[in-house]
Amino acid sequence: MTGTGSGTGIATAVLAANPHAHGFLSPTGVEIAFLLVGIVTLGAAVVSVTTRQLVHAALWLVVALGGLAVEYLLLTAEFIAWVQVLIYVGSVVVLLLFGLMLTKAPIGRSPDADSGNRWAALAVAAAAAASLVWVVVDAFRATWIDLDGAPQGTTEVTGEILFRHWVLPFEALSVLLLAALVGAIVLSRRKNEEH
Amino acid sequence: MHLVYPAVLAALLFCVGLYGVLARRNAILVLMSVELMLNAVNLNLVAFDVWLRDELHAGQALTLFTIAIAAAEIGIGLAIVLLVHRNRGTADIDRLRDLSETAPDAATEPADREQKAEAAA
Amino acid sequence: MSTTTTAVLVLLLPFLGAIAGLLTGRRAPGFARPLAVLPTLAAAVLAVVVAWRQGGGGDAAIDAATRLTPTGSVPIDLALHLDGFAVLLAVLVGTVATCVQLYSTAYLRDDPRYPSYAALVSLFTSAMLLVVYSGDLMVLLVGWEIMGICSYFLVGHYWETEAARAASLKAFLVTKLGDVPFLIGIFALAADAGTFRINGILTTAVSGGIDHPTLVALLLLAGVAGKSAQFPLHTWLPDAMAGPTPVSALIHAATMVAAGVYVVARLLPVFAASTAALVVLAVMAAVTMVGSALAALAQDDIKRVLAYSTVGQLGYMTGALAVGDRGAAVFHLISHGAFKALLFLCAGVIIHAAGTNSLAAMARMSGLAKRIPDAYWTMTAGLLALAAIPPFSGFFSKEAVLGAAEHAAQGNGHGIPAAAGWTVLVAGLVTALLTAGYATRLWLLAFHGKGAEAAGHGREPLAMNGVLWVLFLPTVAFGLAAWKLPAWFDGGSLTPTLTTSVLSTGCALAGVIVMYAAWRKTVVATARAPLGAVAADPEAAPAVSEIEAIATHEQAYGGIAAACDPGDPSRLLLGPLHRHAVSGFHLDAVYAALFVRPVRGAARLAHFLDREVVETYVRGAGAAPGLLGAAVRRAQTGNVQTYLSALLAGSVVLAVAAVLVATGA
Repeated sequence: MTGTGSGTGIATAVLAANPHAHGFLSPTGVEIAFLLVGIVTLGAAVVSVTTRQLVHAALWLVVALGGLAVEYLLLTAEFIAWVQVLIYVGSVVVLLLFGLMLTKAPIGRSPDADSGNRWAALAVAAAAAASLVWVVVDAFRATWIDLDGAPQGTTEVTGEILFRHWVLPFEALSVLLLAALVGAIVLSRRKNEEH
Repeated sequence: MHLVYPAVLAALLFCVGLYGVLARRNAILVLMSVELMLNAVNLNLVAFDVWLRDELHAGQALTLFTIAIAAAEIGIGLAIVLLVHRNRGTADIDRLRDLSETAPDAATEPADREQKAEAAA
Repeated sequence: MSTTTTAVLVLLLPFLGAIAGLLTGRRAPGFARPLAVLPTLAAAVLAVVVAWRQGGGGDAAIDAATRLTPTGSVPIDLALHLDGFAVLLAVLVGTVATCVQLYSTAYLRDDPRYPSYAALVSLFTSAMLLVVYSGDLMVLLVGWEIMGICSYFLVGHYWETEAARAASLKAFLVTKLGDVPFLIGIFALAADAGTFRINGILTTAVSGGIDHPTLVALLLLAGVAGKSAQFPLHTWLPDAMAGPTPVSALIHAATMVAAGVYVVARLLPVFAASTAALVVLAVMAAVTMVGSALAALAQDDIKRVLAYSTVGQLGYMTGALAVGDRGAAVFHLISHGAFKALLFLCAGVIIHAAGTNSLAAMARMSGLAKRIPDAYWTMTAGLLALAAIPPFSGFFSKEAVLGAAEHAAQGNGHGIPAAAGWTVLVAGLVTALLTAGYATRLWLLAFHGKGAEAAGHGREPLAMNGVLWVLFLPTVAFGLAAWKLPAWFDGGSLTPTLTTSVLSTGCALAGVIVMYAAWRKTVVATARAPLGAVAADPEAAPAVSEIEAIATHEQAYGGIAAACDPGDPSRLLLGPLHRHAVSGFHLDAVYAALFVRPVRGAARLAHFLDREVVETYVRGAGAAPGLLGAAVRRAQTGNVQTYLSALLAGSVVLAVAAVLVATGA
């Protein structure tokens, strides 16, 4: 992912000083790839929250999360991309599918997948999207990410920073995970099994 | 790469997740939507980390933490949903209305259920 | 012990007795009688000692004062002022109070509320003595108000009867109505004189230092009229007869009502500074005298007759003050206090013996005089004194008043308008005639009834009969003091003059003869019209008969004051006037129209405003949050997603607002 196409091999300082060297009308290859994958991801996410088939929703979630992993790769965050694939696609979605099965979710179209709150939810989400997009676009209209140079998210880099600067939170996280594990067991254990 | 692309994508994903949380009836689908929202945040973290070229790579580290916490959350959340489903026979969020003010009908239902549960036990 | 200390003891003993009586009354009722009688008796004895030491005019008045604490403006002193008036009046108060306490031990012997009653009488006695001895107007006012409240409680002693409740409230409110201007008048006086000490005020008044003497005098007069039951504030006194008879004797005849007269006597220079005030005083006295005498002629209740006669005799005293002779006023005050107390105590005995307070019923009852010979003889003496027949005490004191009035009428009074003198003299003579008339009527109807024997009952207790004879002495003999008293008082002659003696005695005899003739004429009708309700309880305490008589009078005779008795001689004499005289010339109706009805209307208005207007706001204040709560409750669907939607929508709005503010859009 270090090869970022042609024409943008200029120093960062110059880029910062002359943002007009870039433009929406002259996108780089990475940008085009990011855009396409982003559209796929967003579309999968939208389908995932709107489909009436519950199991399909979980599968569309896989597409969306996978698309995000690709975006991470495009952003040179290599390690995170693989972690994303491993944890989300590999375990979380599987867990969700198990959950669906265990709660006897209907296979096939269920007409009442959406609650009566749907239109209010749509309004809130649209308003939030409009305001967020407006603010983000307004704020970062002329900001560019320099993806040249040393990749910032290789396993090596990530491992170094994680075990050099973030050891303590990392260990604390392990305790949290343990607590969650114990909690999940306690919650899902049937009480009358003891007797 | 233009910073707006990941930022806007993250915002839109977040709002899609928001819609899912608010509109879905099944509790597990709500949990999925929560995952979407968390991932939108992760995308933001990574994008800004890359843009800032942070020495500590705080964004990426936090992303990892978020992923771990999301995994824990999904585990606990599913356990709760399963428990609710086991006790109430449903995982539909809009049927879990014990907080409702319209006491009469809502109050009798759980009482009946409790009686049933006791009878079953 | 110095004279001042003795005087302080005179004040304190009944007060301490009252406190002790109130404290122990419930737990140790056995102490109530000694605690009631002994301090009062000791106070009476000490009052005599004080009077003896003060020594009758030869010495100057004794003044003693302590200033408790600086008040910042006009100082208030605990001051005593012992002059001839004060010490003699204190002797009267002490004597009458002792007699009344002794009498009460028998009269209210079975009353469960006797301890508090006796304590209140003691407290009252102490307050009256404070008024008498006080040398400071503020301290005097304290005693004045304590008397008012004691009077309220004591008039309402039989609070089980409707009449007593109404009468006690009426007495309290009417006297308070006068007390408010009185208080303002005191402040006005003190503001001009720079002191509340009576001596200082009098010095200022004599030197003309009071800015508006007429206004101040009229303000004070309102309080005096309320307390001393002068027209137009006298209406409470006849109604106050719903209290126990000893209370009527002490408070409503001998002492409290005299307080107003006494205050005017003490402050006479203030009144003398204003001719207009004196004329008002004279007119007030004249109207009070004649009106009350006419009303007394028509009353059926024996105690109401005496009450109206009290009002009339107090009118004589104010008349004497109006012509500037306070010696005569206080002379009449003392002699009247003695014989009126005697008359009331006799009336108590009669009510017990007859079982009724209605003269109409007594007129149909024979042999009453034989059953109660002590009361018969002493009451006869008291009525002769009231009618001012020589040589009883009332004759001498009334002669002193009429003599002073004649003195003023001939223009000899110093700064006293002759008109005031004439007014008092003429009204006094007319009243002498009427007084003799109603005294005769009372005597004839009460003791010379024709009809069935009076209900039998045992001999009255010694405590009651003995007291009557004690009071009999001054009634008969106090007139001789007319030659001695000027030395105690201002020095003016109090002895009878020939002209007024002949005139007034003639009037009195004419009244007696006319009334006797009328009675002879109507006594025939008495036998033809049976009437009366008798509540005889020979075994019970005398007070029981009185309560029953008060409670049944209205039902039996159709009115608190009236009885439709064709055998009443006053009906023949007064003719069409009788109906108005019975109701006290409709003054109560006038008050009802002028004050009671507007106040009730205002109360209804306030009630309406409170209920309909204010309460609407209150209800609205309750209902609006209720409705709001109902609306909010609808939002509480129990659906978490709804809550979350609202929460996030709010967040979005806030975030947009924050961004807009931050960017300055």
